[in-house]
Amino acid sequence: MSTTTLQETAHHTSHGEAHGEQHHHETFITKYVFSQDHKTIAKQFLVTGIIWAIIGGLFSVIFRLQLADPTATYPWLEDLLGHWAQGGKLQPEFYYALVTMHGTILVFFVLTAGLSGTFANFLIPLQIGARDMASPMLNMLSYWFFFLASIIMMSSLFVQTGPASGGWTIYPPLSALGDASAGSKIGMDLWLVSMAMFIVSSLLGGLNYITTILNMRTKGMSMTRMPLTIWALFFTAVLGVLSFPVLLSGAILLLFDRNLGTSFYLSDIVVAGKILPNEGGSAILFQHLFWFLGHPEVYIILLPAMGMSSEILSINSRKPIFGYMAMVGSLFAITILAFLVWAHHMFVTGLNPFLGSVFVLLTLLIAVPSAIKVFNWLTTLWRGNIRFTPAMMFAIGFVSLFISGGLTGIFLGNSALDIHLHDTYFVIAHFHIVMGVASFFGMFAGVYHWYPKMFGRYLNNTLAYIHFWVTIIGAYLIFWPMHYEGLAGMPRRYYDFSNWESFKNFGGLNQFISMIALLVFAVQLLFVFNFFYSIWKGRKVTNQNPWNANTLEWTTPIRPGHGNWPGDIPEVHRWPYDYSKDGKDFIAQDVPVGADESKH
Amino acid sequence: MKDLFLVAIVVMIFVVIFQIAKASEYVSVLKGEEKTRKQNNKINGFLLICFLILGLIGAWYCNELYYGKTLFPQGAASVEGEKIDLMLYITIGVTGTVFVITQILLFWFAFKYQEQEGKKAFYFPHNNKLELLWTTVPAIFLTVLVVFGLKYWFKMTSDAPRDAVVVEITGHQFAWDMRYPGKDGKLGKKNYKLYNTPSGNTLAVDFEDPESWDDLHTTEMHLPVGKPVKLVINAMDVIHDVGLSHFRMKMDAVPGIPTTMWFTPKYTTEEMKARTGNPNFVYEISCDQMCGKGHFSMRGVIVVESEADYNKWLASQKPEYYTLYPEKDPAKPIQATDTTKAVTAPMAQVMSGK
Repeated sequence: MSTTTLQETAHHTSHGEAHGEQHHHETFITKYVFSQDHKTIAKQFLVTGIIWAIIGGLFSVIFRLQLADPTATYPWLEDLLGHWAQGGKLQPEFYYALVTMHGTILVFFVLTAGLSGTFANFLIPLQIGARDMASPMLNMLSYWFFFLASIIMMSSLFVQTGPASGGWTIYPPLSALGDASAGSKIGMDLWLVSMAMFIVSSLLGGLNYITTILNMRTKGMSMTRMPLTIWALFFTAVLGVLSFPVLLSGAILLLFDRNLGTSFYLSDIVVAGKILPNEGGSAILFQHLFWFLGHPEVYIILLPAMGMSSEILSINSRKPIFGYMAMVGSLFAITILAFLVWAHHMFVTGLNPFLGSVFVLLTLLIAVPSAIKVFNWLTTLWRGNIRFTPAMMFAIGFVSLFISGGLTGIFLGNSALDIHLHDTYFVIAHFHIVMGVASFFGMFAGVYHWYPKMFGRYLNNTLAYIHFWVTIIGAYLIFWPMHYEGLAGMPRRYYDFSNWESFKNFGGLNQFISMIALLVFAVQLLFVFNFFYSIWKGRKVTNQNPWNANTLEWTTPIRPGHGNWPGDIPEVHRWPYDYSKDGKDFIAQDVPVGADESKH
Repeated sequence: MKDLFLVAIVVMIFVVIFQIAKASEYVSVLKGEEKTRKQNNKINGFLLICFLILGLIGAWYCNELYYGKTLFPQGAASVEGEKIDLMLYITIGVTGTVFVITQILLFWFAFKYQEQEGKKAFYFPHNNKLELLWTTVPAIFLTVLVVFGLKYWFKMTSDAPRDAVVVEITGHQFAWDMRYPGKDGKLGKKNYKLYNTPSGNTLAVDFEDPESWDDLHTTEMHLPVGKPVKLVINAMDVIHDVGLSHFRMKMDAVPGIPTTMWFTPKYTTEEMKARTGNPNFVYEISCDQMCGKGHFSMRGVIVVESEADYNKWLASQKPEYYTLYPEKDPAKPIQATDTTKAVTAPMAQVMSGK
């Protein structure tokens, strides 16, 4: 077969390179800064993601202060933010800027780049048995475009008119007209340019991941022998490569409307007393372009978490993942459906009702593969012999959150119900649980599980368990009651509810939520501390395969160099889920199939 | 100083937690890591089952606390909204059952099958029958929900009944304006380029069109109870959204693309005061689409009243045409000023929430 030849060629060339690499003199710059080693690039993504997560999390804590008590003043806030918090009170413009940046940062910079960037880079070559990515150079560029995007986004925080403040969905005309909002002045241009850089980064990364997975698997690693992490990362990359360009085009048209006087999204507008000349555009067109990425984006965030949780649940239950093919099939189904449901974000835009009905059907169809995944995870736990490592705790938490948040999607996907719930706190509760917190849990599970491989040391377990318990309890305490606020019709993105007869009776609850949010944020700092402290001072890993796992990354040395395996790349003889088979606790993928072994 | 003190305390707590964590790591090395791991396993298994039980109790308790504050005990204030409430209950029933079952299985399995000495996990890689079962059962439930949902969706998005009262509502940063078609039942044409010609024409109505001459421009919406209402929705500047949570209705206001929605108010404002037991009750129009810094203050008020009161209110309004072109007013100028005063005074009271 031609694929085998391809694999072998790839195998040989990368092999040769690796040997060459050993003689290279690596300076600090080439080893830690402009590195082409996928493992270093993964760590760069992770550390940048962590920094962004702290900033994005801090923003949410600050705007939660406002929601906790709209009358309170905090003098230190004025010291920190100057005229954005005049008299110690957060100004509405900056409240909206914080909300917008919180969304942008967490969705794109943390849960897309920080999550996919880290684990796709780290795990793909290690788990499929490759020396590095197909193009280490593009891989390095992918990180540096992300870095550039980060710098530009960061700089938008410091311009005089403030960063973008029209919500992370940046709907025009609000985002197109500087007269409509201070955040739509230079801050919005910076947002768009930053996102353009971000998309370039994501495309370079995604193309690389797909190419590597298709072409550079080691001998014996057929597609159906790949761990579910790799399948999930593969579909994630496909989603990103096919949908991000649409956002790019939407963003570029928006830049044109803003700066070149075009009318793609603008028509019949009078803003701040000025009659604009633009006619014939459609504000709704942008929403179609945005959500064509925006919805797959949800799965770009969620799939890696699903993949890693599947892997971690199986390893720590000491059982094969239940229904491997169904798991792959449901990932595939989710990937296809992810492209066909975007307009469920637009049920109340005046969309043609028939079109709406098609999107209802396709949206609720996603619940079927999601249900398959949940029941398969549950069956994986059933009759296992479960070890509650910190990674396992987060993987179990992931499943719990995915169930809770996934089920409320059935409310929102049904257009008639969505009429009442759209843009209320119910939506906030739904997506924070299912894609925000759940994906964070998947990411934490991944960090706790692969940290020994990344740094050759362990994270502190006690801190890890504290981190887990406070986070899961806190997450539910924050977001569960928000469903009730949403059922009361409380709209999102309100700076102050006290003038509303209908919404003002949740004051006490808002205060409670803010307090818990502060606590949960503090505990994340504990995790960050644990993370950095353990890089240098953590307990050393002495066992090449600390979790007794089957996948190939645990056949590398404890601290693998560039090229991953000092000798030949191991050959693969079986799928990665032979746990507790024939009375053996685990059989690694590179162990040949015995003559008397039973078939699975 | 107080702030500094607070920061110091937080840092102290961090340091203490960290020291405990560090110490526990040393202890585990002394005691044997395998032994500590098993101990941790037992503790976490126990905590997981506690979490399940406390979590389910918490969910029930949360419902006790907050269900009364949602809009559901008082019922939907529109005929169509009642269907949404029914759908909501059906959906809560189905998803609630699934939620409880799956969460119990998850945490119970985790607890029950935690690592035990000398026990082996069961090698169980797949089972087609089981997988088929949990593909088809969710599919059937979802089909039911989709059928229900789409039936109501098509009903609600269908054309408004012919006898519907038509009101135009226009959003701009950061308020709502209403326009009533007047006696001829037709709204005059609009052209956004005519904004402020003549001065005060904030809705950009084309007064060349005779149909606009009897149109009323108000800042409050009055609706007759029990009659279908069709809203024609516009926006001047950016996207807004007419959110009517009591009626369970919502529709975007998009500049350049008028939208519509219709519903039938079921209770007057006075009746709702009695139903909710809140003497200050008002139907509020919230802007539900982020529209700028004043988004949270973009509040409108709807007064639902008997048809007689509604007609009386309508008759007391003066067409905007006559306000903007006083010379065209058939009534004598001096009388006109009087009428305006008489109308604006009670309006101002209502607007300030009295």
